[in-house]
Amino acid sequence: MSKVFGTYICSGCGIGDAVDMDALVASASSLGVAAKTHEALCSASGRSTIQSDIDGGVNTVVVCACSPRVMQEEFNFGDDKITVRGNIREGAVWGAEKPSEKRDAAAVKEFTTEQAADNVRMACAEAKKTELPDPFKLENISKSILVMGGGIAGLTAAIEAAKAGYKVTIIEKADQVGGKALGWAKQFPTKAPYAELEAPTIGAMVAAVEGNANITIKTGAEVARIGGAPGNFSVTLKPTGAKSEWDAPAKVGVDEQDRIDKGTMENPNLGLKVYTEENPDAEKFGAVILATGWVPADVSEYAHLGHGTNDKVVTNAQFEKMAKEGKLAGMNSVAFIMSPGGEEHDMDFPYANSVTSMVALKQAKYVRENNADAKAYILYQHMRTPGHMELFYKGVQQDDGIFLTKATVTGVEGGTVKAKDTLLGEDLEIDVDLVVLAAGMVPTTKHESSINLAYRQGPAFLDLGLFDGYADSHFICFPYETRRTGVYTCGGVRKAMNMEETIDDATGAALKAIQAMESSDRGVAVHPRSGDATYPEFFMQRCTQCKRCTEECPFGALDDDAKGTPLPNPTRCRRCGTCMGACPERIIGFKNYNIDLIGSMIKAIDVPEEDDDKLRILVFACENDAYPTLDMAAMRKHSLNSLIRVIPVRCLGSVNMAWIRDALSAGMDGALLLGCKYGDDYQCHFVKGSEIADKRMQNIGDTLSTLGLEPERCGVRQVAISDYNKVPEIIEEFVQEILELGPNPFKGF
Amino acid sequence: MTDQSSGSVLVVGGGISGLTAALEAAEVGKNVFLIEKNAFMGGRVAQLNQYFPKLCPPTCGLEINFKRIRANRNIRTYNMTTVKSVSGSAGNFEVTCVTAPRYVNNNCTCCGDCAEVCSDECDNEFNFGMNKSKAIYRPHDMAFPAKYVLEKKACSASTLEAIKGACKYNAIDTEMAEEEFSLNVDSIIWATGWNPYDAEKIDNLKVNSSNAIITNMQMERLAAPNGPTLGQILRPGDNKEPASFGFVQCAGSRDENHLEYCSYICCMATMKQITYIRERYPEAPIYVFYIDLRTPGKYEKFREKIMADKNVHFIKGKVADIVAEADGGVTMIAENAVTGNKVSQKVDLCILATGMEPAAKAQAAKLGLAVDAFGFIVSNPEAGMISCGCAKKAADVVTSAQSSTAAAMKAIQAGR
Repeated sequence: MSKVFGTYICSGCGIGDAVDMDALVASASSLGVAAKTHEALCSASGRSTIQSDIDGGVNTVVVCACSPRVMQEEFNFGDDKITVRGNIREGAVWGAEKPSEKRDAAAVKEFTTEQAADNVRMACAEAKKTELPDPFKLENISKSILVMGGGIAGLTAAIEAAKAGYKVTIIEKADQVGGKALGWAKQFPTKAPYAELEAPTIGAMVAAVEGNANITIKTGAEVARIGGAPGNFSVTLKPTGAKSEWDAPAKVGVDEQDRIDKGTMENPNLGLKVYTEENPDAEKFGAVILATGWVPADVSEYAHLGHGTNDKVVTNAQFEKMAKEGKLAGMNSVAFIMSPGGEEHDMDFPYANSVTSMVALKQAKYVRENNADAKAYILYQHMRTPGHMELFYKGVQQDDGIFLTKATVTGVEGGTVKAKDTLLGEDLEIDVDLVVLAAGMVPTTKHESSINLAYRQGPAFLDLGLFDGYADSHFICFPYETRRTGVYTCGGVRKAMNMEETIDDATGAALKAIQAMESSDRGVAVHPRSGDATYPEFFMQRCTQCKRCTEECPFGALDDDAKGTPLPNPTRCRRCGTCMGACPERIIGFKNYNIDLIGSMIKAIDVPEEDDDKLRILVFACENDAYPTLDMAAMRKHSLNSLIRVIPVRCLGSVNMAWIRDALSAGMDGALLLGCKYGDDYQCHFVKGSEIADKRMQNIGDTLSTLGLEPERCGVRQVAISDYNKVPEIIEEFVQEILELGPNPFKGF
Repeated sequence: MTDQSSGSVLVVGGGISGLTAALEAAEVGKNVFLIEKNAFMGGRVAQLNQYFPKLCPPTCGLEINFKRIRANRNIRTYNMTTVKSVSGSAGNFEVTCVTAPRYVNNNCTCCGDCAEVCSDECDNEFNFGMNKSKAIYRPHDMAFPAKYVLEKKACSASTLEAIKGACKYNAIDTEMAEEEFSLNVDSIIWATGWNPYDAEKIDNLKVNSSNAIITNMQMERLAAPNGPTLGQILRPGDNKEPASFGFVQCAGSRDENHLEYCSYICCMATMKQITYIRERYPEAPIYVFYIDLRTPGKYEKFREKIMADKNVHFIKGKVADIVAEADGGVTMIAENAVTGNKVSQKVDLCILATGMEPAAKAQAAKLGLAVDAFGFIVSNPEAGMISCGCAKKAADVVTSAQSSTAAAMKAIQAGR
């Protein structure tokens, strides 16, 4: 579109008092843009000023006023207009220094005006380079869902998606659907007063799935590979346990490929189709739900408890089978052990959750229901019956044939259980017919790749180690997040959960699957940039096949061909821009966020020469956390050093080192990246952005020193969104370090 | 006024559960009305300093959710709004809502000139009354929407005049009246959340007998950088730095005289608050009185880390009494359930790990909601009445977000 600019500078909220408005207008005209001022742009009169210009032909609006985080509705002039916000209220005026001996009121006004003027210039430069998004649309889209696993989680996801009108295929490894629940004798109580065990409902659930015209069931089958992307997954199935040339290839990194080529390493994918090859016979799906559940934990490692060596010791899973098969005859006294640690620790068995506490209570009731004279002993360190399950626990306590006590179990010999530190005030020795261990539920994702993606970054979910193999989200607020767009997990693969929790979880996963397909259909991103219609575009002619983008994409969106040229999958993409930050050739960009656009913003900053008081420090701030932190610091009227020039970025991962070089060669004196905490408890919404940025900045530091510039001119600091009281100090410290180094020696060149 | 809103869903409650349900439904394409009784969105989690076990600030996720709301035309939000009545049935509910006067209109730019001239104060409810705020205020730093609220009844006539005079944007409207409107919706998601159990009802814990006894939610505010002490943990009343701390687990929960159920989050909340204390007081002894430590599954690792601290003492035993001491501290009295010994432990600050009570309990019957014996709303998607989060059961944030996403699924099915 041919742009007609309308630039507006607000003097409200104290802006007009704190800066020289004429200087701001002049700064816009220095970029060839005429600006109007208004005393309250967000007011009805302010907006009608803008609207009447739009009616007169303006299609690119630059609003220099408050932070882009506020007044979005007021400054929304429609999707067919480009609107760019310059932040001069929080970004300059509210965070201005307080006049001091060092700098009097007039000097503060001068510094604040310069900062605001640069923000105006940067907004004008951004507007010039911004283009309207042109969403990526798949040619053919599938809106069917593949559900892997036919247990309670998988069946629920299928039923719920079908109810919303979507087609679903369930793949189950076993020869029937129903999963673990088929083996349950009874279920936990689900209704007040939570006293009675309930008859299994799995039969009804299976019948509902089998009778649903929207649901296809394939038993005795598993996934060989899943290629493609949301809206267009290409799924090859195979008989359970069979080998197939379409099995998902293992990840082969750059180094491994090197060794394979040199013959020093065996190709792990011999005999397999390359990961980018599409099986013509594959079925198409729009989204995938992984619900392959769990397997009972092996607890033989606890020698003092005797599982595997003492035939009187079984696991809860084995006991459930005995109960289901009616083999509890002769079980007149049964001990249930919840914690294996002896005197060492008081934790439950690994991969347990509150479920195993409830299972012990349930199974103790089996013992009593089987024989009214039988006795059950539950030995726990911590009874875990959250929420309403407390009432179930309380009911079990009323049964005088069930003995419950906190106890440290020190060993099992034959049919004798030895325990100490009990609530009875004495050590215990109980002789029983059977000992049941509350073994955990190990997620299927722990030992196998499960999801079998034919992706450049390998077949499995990443970071499974963070949660001991569970395919769980790392985001507390966003439990359905995975690093593989359009693939959601539910049920036992993400934690040991009971049936009620599983049903909620699977219902939610079905919604996310639908959302991913519908978003692909509209050509927009899913969480966390939901609705973003831009996507990264590649200028392939200049690609040098360095593979950085394919390696660094946190979501595995990029595959590559044999030469290493990236093959983008826009519907896998979350629009963080990490690929753009990675690319040394600067060939990746978005319509409204690219190398040239940010580069132009940097060039728009006025860098005074030969003024040691007016150094310029560029700050790239993550727009999700660091930028709001700066806004809030300003709202609190904390003084933020006025030598900084802040550019918000989608994620620190998107910061291309070319920008840092641009800034320093333009004579700016330092560059600071403000982003999220990284490490195991990372807060980056795009998982790796701040960590990757830190590595890149270390490398650029080395490059700078070869040019004779101090590496300390570049820094990365981790900032949480709640650090608004700390961020002024963090910035001040960095600026002081730069001031000590003195001006950039290349200034003026 | 009646909105033409058929085919849409009403979400009641703008905390993490309501926000999640509203956004997840809207991002599939459903029209959503989101109402919230407070002047800001975010609910209880907005008051928390950090989430367990990651120790990350809740405002980080809220910021993303607010951004999603701003970017999504399918959601309309209403603050200071509650449900007055519901009639009709699934597929065709008529809901009457009431918006309380904010006395500040949408012209507000959040510039703060009004607060500068406001000489009257009111209790800061966001901080559980631990400090005062100006009678015209922004509810908290990240309040969304970013608009002021006027506590009109706390203001003298001259203050009101001064406020009006200070506002350059004609945003103060002291004559604003309560407004009623109705919505036609297919289904209703109840995400009305929870209130901390009223500690005053627990006689033996004597919360009013000493400033040294606070609740775990007050502890969150003390630790928060925007709390009454800007994140220092100081004893209310005398602002003393406590040299020792005690936690009372199950304060009201697992107790047939109070809340019979387990409130699910309090054990982990205490573990988390121990990290708050440790960060500020590396050596202070901390005593935790508990019945069971309910930190199952992946929370066990977090507990292990806390319990490795030699200055944190865990005592299995229910606190029977708390006695105020002359020096401003209190003595906690309990019986150690393992040894059978009576324990008296003097501490400078005592935190009651109070549980969750469903917030909609009182109005449930009036609104035709099916509730269980404790006031939690029983979800009934077939009847178009869907509950999620802590309106449905005591839950942590992860579980609430899961059940809210599930609620969104039920709501989109309703229209198909």
